[in-house]
Formats: sequence, structure tokens, C-alpha cells
Amino acid sequence: MKAFNQYSRTVIPMNRVNIDTDQIIPAVYLKRIERDGYGEFLFARWRYNEDGSENKEFILNQEGYREGGILVGGNNFGCGSSREHAPWALNDYGIRCVIAPSFADIFYNNCFQNGLLPLKLPEEVVQQIIDKAENNPNFNLHIDLESQRVWDDDEEISIGFDIDQFRKYCLMNGLDDIGLTLENEDKIKNFESAQEN
Amino acid sequence: MAPLTMFDKLWNKHVVYEEEGQPSILYIDLHLVHEVTSPQAFDGLRMAGRSVRRPDLTVCTVDHNTPTWELTKPVTDEISKKQLDALEKNCKEFGLDLYDRFSEFQGIVHVIGPDLGYTQPGKTVVCGDSHTSTHGALGCFAIGIGTSEVEHVLATQTLRQFKPGSMEVRVEGPLPFGVEAKDVILGIIGEIGTNGGTGYVIEYTGEAIESLSMDGRMTVCNMSIEAGARAGMIAPDEKTIEYVRNRRFAPKGEEFEKAAAEWLALRSDPGAKYDKVIVIDASKLEPAVTWGTNPGMVTSISGKVPNPGSFDDVAQQESATRALEYMGLEPETPMSDIKLDRVFLGACTNSRIDDLRAAAKVVKGKKVHEDVYAMVVPGSALIKKQAEDEGLDKIFIDAGLDWRVAGCSMCLGMNPDTLSPGERCASTSNRNFEGRQGKGGRTHLVSPPMAAAAAIAGHFVDVRDWDYVD
Repeated sequence: MKAFNQYSRTVIPMNRVNIDTDQIIPAVYLKRIERDGYGEFLFARWRYNEDGSENKEFILNQEGYREGGILVGGNNFGCGSSREHAPWALNDYGIRCVIAPSFADIFYNNCFQNGLLPLKLPEEVVQQIIDKAENNPNFNLHIDLESQRVWDDDEEISIGFDIDQFRKYCLMNGLDDIGLTLENEDKIKNFESAQEN
Repeated sequence: MAPLTMFDKLWNKHVVYEEEGQPSILYIDLHLVHEVTSPQAFDGLRMAGRSVRRPDLTVCTVDHNTPTWELTKPVTDEISKKQLDALEKNCKEFGLDLYDRFSEFQGIVHVIGPDLGYTQPGKTVVCGDSHTSTHGALGCFAIGIGTSEVEHVLATQTLRQFKPGSMEVRVEGPLPFGVEAKDVILGIIGEIGTNGGTGYVIEYTGEAIESLSMDGRMTVCNMSIEAGARAGMIAPDEKTIEYVRNRRFAPKGEEFEKAAAEWLALRSDPGAKYDKVIVIDASKLEPAVTWGTNPGMVTSISGKVPNPGSFDDVAQQESATRALEYMGLEPETPMSDIKLDRVFLGACTNSRIDDLRAAAKVVKGKKVHEDVYAMVVPGSALIKKQAEDEGLDKIFIDAGLDWRVAGCSMCLGMNPDTLSPGERCASTSNRNFEGRQGKGGRTHLVSPPMAAAAAIAGHFVDVRDWDYVD
């Protein structure tokens, strides 16, 4: 897994709540058996017209935002299906950080498994970021995971964030959960033998 | 000792290892695997040279992208076929049993688990699918996981989890006439919202919940995730015990009686404290119909499409406006005036035998409206057979509904069963998200009797006034 530490990118604002994983990547595109190659299907229903051409109204098809790397949305981001294809699609597109006031649990967990940072910020700060980014396609945010801070170019926004320390440690070191768990192999074995008796 | 909730008991029984500030390592008793969220997990094992730790606790089937046409006809979608083949190959390589398309035990993972007796009270159950919450109806801690976690469970038979909070949703009083399990859960989500349960495990309690059949309880727990909850569960009682008794992979004889006594002891202790409690008055519940693009956008059959201006906050007003535009609905339209093109009876929410019986009762002796195409997709090959033994297939076919082969089908439109843009569907599934059943498709979530009645009438009708033919 790719480690995450400092990250500076353009913001892609999506001013809506309940952005579900069926929108992030529709089920019809889940048929691949690989982990990569989902970027072109990211937000496919919103991003493309019936004939496959780009929907110019959609934010990812607009100049400046197209290359953005930080997605900012409303409450309950990532609700719905457990599909890990959602963070895979974001990653593959080049988005490694999603900011929202709240996330759905499974999506939140899935992000950490893939070197993505789901960042919870207060609702009014998220709205402030969205407003600024909607008015400026080149609006950047800077994230430093170690010091747990996020700020914009002129530091009008500059705020600390909370993150579970274990998840932070794994993300900063690109650690694989399985390897960590297998360090407890003896405990798993003991549990299994106790269960059998 | 302080009184414990059922969730506390289930959690404590499965902790392998805990360390301050780290997610606990929980033992997993049952891992259900399907073709869509597993190929990359098996790939991961292969690359790391790892094996599946407990093939005996791992059950695999195909459901998400299997066609629901007759089994003699091949899978024509090349990419779907690749995914089905991948699971077959992975099961062979890692020594796992697979219920493939032709197996008598094939079906939707969340239907076959309980139906075959794999799902038993007191177990931890996981699957790479958010509707794993279904299994909580039997008194399990059952959660949906992502593919990396699928790989983790395959390799270690454990899962790393921070302990969620506990929430009691108590539905007080008896269920009114004509109100189904689906109406109960849609009513709950309408009340607490699509993130009302985020960070919690919901335990459903109260007279209305206890009165539900096991199939009904599964419908309720199935949609816990639509309220954002990590899991849903219902305490095992005599009904649960009788449901599990004699199922194919359930314990038998003395072993069963011993297990049953343990299962009954899982119930939350009197005085156990929940982190959050919601009380719902069952007498207020009515047959539910969704009007928007998430399950919280719901009203009753006697209600109307809301006016976005009637919502308090701006974000809600905006999403309601967007939802009505997508759904092609005008504010203040009575729900019973909404006409339908399609009806889908099926999905892990409502494709069990009770669901099929209830729908068959409604359509018996009647004909599907000429403007509607209606399909019935049983949840598993065994349920299909059971329904056929009871003559339900004949009732559906005589009424003009299409009787299909088991699978997830039009719940998520990964197989050939999809809506066309603009088509409006009464669906017994669990999600009415934009494009969920096909690009541009418009989904209204309802109970099986409501869907069946809508198929006959061509528009939503109040099933409480239905004229049944005996």
C-alpha cells in the first residue's frame, strides 16, 4: 500500500449530501477482476452523457477541476454498497483524499485499506471549502498527516483534524493489515483451540 | 457484573486480542463469498503466498451477475463470465466449496446462509456485501466488509474492528393490519435518516419486531445499512430456534439442544444500557412507498410526494429538489397516482418464501396491468423449488408475471435485468439510488404485497383495501 503523508492538490467541490458508492462507481463497472482501471468509470453516470460523450455540466469535466486530487462532499459520503471499487476508482483517477463532515462506515474503512485519507471536518469548514473551490478552479488545499493539519494557500483556512492514531500510523507507513494481524498468530490459534474444547 | 447488551455478549465472545488504541481482532465464524468482491482478495493471497485459513468456515456462491434466465442458456456477457470463472478457479485453487450457477444450493448469499443453516445465532458473519446485516435477524453480529477485509478474513479468519456503539430501536405495540416488515424498516429509516445509525449496531426490539416471522426479521435487519448502521440484530427466541432446527448445516440432536439453550441466553440482559435508544410507535406505521433517491425519502401509500420547500434545512431542500427531478415527480402528487412500467419482486430484502407467498396471495386470480412488465426472482434455487412445490409459480405465471431463476437480478442491475432510462419500477429491493437498477431508472421501494398490487393495478394502491381472490 502506498504511504500517505503530505498531500497538496486542487479541490473538487461536490455540494451534495449522501454521495453513495453506486454514484462513485455504478455496479455495471464492477465486473473487472483487477484492482486498477476503474478511474475512467468514476462517477460514470454523472460524468458521461447517454452517447458516451462528456457531460460538460459535471465538475470533473471542467477545466481546473479535472486534475483535482482532493474531493470535498456533503454529509454521509460513501453510503450504500460495500464495494471497495469506490476507493479504487478514486485512487485510480488520482484522488487520494476525500473531505466531508461525515462518512459511511464501510467506505471510511475501505479508504484506509487503500492509502486514501477520508478526512472529517466540521460542516461549516467543509461548506467554506466548497464555496471557495466552486469560485476558483485552482483552489488548493495542503494536508499534513503527521501534524494533522489542513490549510489553503493564503491560510484563510487552517485547521487541525482528528484521526485515530492506529489508522494514522498504518497510513503513514503504508502498512498491510494482514501482516500486522498475523503477528498474533499464536493468539488466533489459542482462540481456535479454546473454541473446539 | 453489569448487565450486557446482546451485542456486548457477541463481541466479547469473539475477541481474539485487544490492545488500547488499536482495533480489536475478532474471530469470524462464517465468511460468505461471492464473485464480485472476491477476485482481488484471492489475487492478494496469491501474491503474498498465503492460503485460506479456514475453508470449512468459508461458503462461496454466485449471485450478483448471474443471469436469471433458464440455466440451459449460457452467460452471454463476457465480462460477467470472466468474473464467474475467476471464482470457480479461485475456489479450486484454495480448496473451497462453491455453489455455482447449476448447484441446487445456489442463491443470493444472504438468502442461502440462513436457509441452509450456515447462519446460526451467536455467530460472527461477514461478507463482501453491505447487506450482510441480514443475518443479524438470527442473533448474529453480521457485517459487510470491503475486499481488503475479505482478503484479511480469508488469510486470518479474523477481522480488525473498532467496537461500534450500541443502539436500541424499539418498535412498540402490535403491527397494524396490512403493515409488513418492509414498512417497519422503511418507517424506521424515514424517522432516523440514512445516517441515523452511523457508528452503531442496531438491536431491534419490541412487540412489533417479535411478532415478525424470521423472513420478516431478515427484511428488517437487511436494511440496517440503509440507516448507516454497522449491523442490525434481533434477539433469538423460540421462533429463531424453530427456524434453525433441522436446517441442513445446523447442529443436530443433543448438540442442537445444547446450542439452542446458549442461543436463548444471548438476549440483552434486563437493564442493559444502549448508547442510543429510539422508540417507534407501531400504530403509526402504514404501507410505505419511497418517492426519492435514498431510502430515507419515504412516505406512506396514503401520503403525497412532498414539496421540497417543506424541509427545514437547505441541504435537504436541495436533495429533495434534485431527487424529484431525477424521479420525474411533481410535488403534492398522491402516491397512489404514480403509474409504473416495471415491477421487481426479489433481492436479499424480499425474495424468501414468506415474501413470495404474500405476493402470490395478492396476484392470485388477477392479471398484470397491460402497461407493466413484472418479474419474480426467488432468492435461491431451493426457495424457487419450494415455491414451485407450493404452486406459487403457477399463480404468478397465470397472472402474467415472469418467473425467473435465483440471483440478485434487478436489485443492482449487474446482470441483464435492468431498467431503461426513465422507466419507473416498484421494487422490493433495498436501494432507490440514482441509476441503481439501470441508468436513468426510477425506483420506488415497497413491500412484496404492495409491489404485487401495483403490478395488477398499474399504479400504487393501498394493499389494505385489496380485494383478494381465494
